Amino acid sequence: MEEFKVIDRCLMVRMPEEIDHYKSSYICEETDKRIMRENVDHVVFDFEETRFMDSSGIGILMGRYKKMQFIGGKVLIIHPDKLITRMLHMAGISRYIEIME
Amino acid sequence: MRNEMCLEFEAIAVNESLARVAIAAFVAPLNPTLEELSDIKTAVSEAVTNAIIHGYENWQGYDVEKRSVPVKFPIHPGRVTMKCRLEEGYLFVEIGDKGKGIRDIEKAMEPLYTTRPEQNRSGMGFAFMEAFTDDLEVESTPGEGTTVYMKKKMDSGNWIKEA
Repeated sequence: MEEFKVIDRCLMVRMPEEIDHYKSSYICEETDKRIMRENVDHVVFDFEETRFMDSSGIGILMGRYKKMQFIGGKVLIIHPDKLITRMLHMAGISRYIEIME
Repeated sequence: MRNEMCLEFEAIAVNESLARVAIAAFVAPLNPTLEELSDIKTAVSEAVTNAIIHGYENWQGYDVEKRSVPVKFPIHPGRVTMKCRLEEGYLFVEIGDKGKGIRDIEKAMEPLYTTRPEQNRSGMGFAFMEAFTDDLEVESTPGEGTTVYMKKKMDSGNWIKEA
């Protein structure tokens, strides 16, 4: 399965099992590259396979949120498990980014 | 019943997951809940990441000239130590580096404060460490390094009964 896919001007990003600083720069770079190149309106981060995330994940999401706001697009989070959802709420992400469980 | 462990590893980003796996294995005999395990792993991950990227400034993937370099070659040599102790239902974790240290600890611990917003850091590291442990202390001397002390009550507490 592809990690990045554009469907109807919507960039889908499949998040890895563990999101930490080691994984985060790759995700940020690749996502940004596609936002610029492929003319996307929205970015959807799919947490289906993710079982661990630390503050690096929050950094990825907030950074992309700012970028998409600049272009006038939205960022969405889909399929987070209970622990990831708790983390997102703790960081206050849900105020900016729509979470679809 | 008690147990102790000391782990020392190179300050490179791949070892963030090593630290998490090690602490998870260390507390496994306590039969922790998924939530407890996630809390501990997150707190450890934050502290180890801080040591690597702020203490030693080993930014994964980039050298000083912003060229991409393979992660397996550390840019700054340095080691992170992780000492863990289980005692009377408490987990004590001590994560130390001999990096550049923190000048203003209070400022560094403020939620959302980061020296590296351009590197996609959220500034939530210490906030998460505080939220996921019962006690957090930070000792740091500029130029000499930083040590983070964390304490967490393990509610499940009981060692798996020896049949």
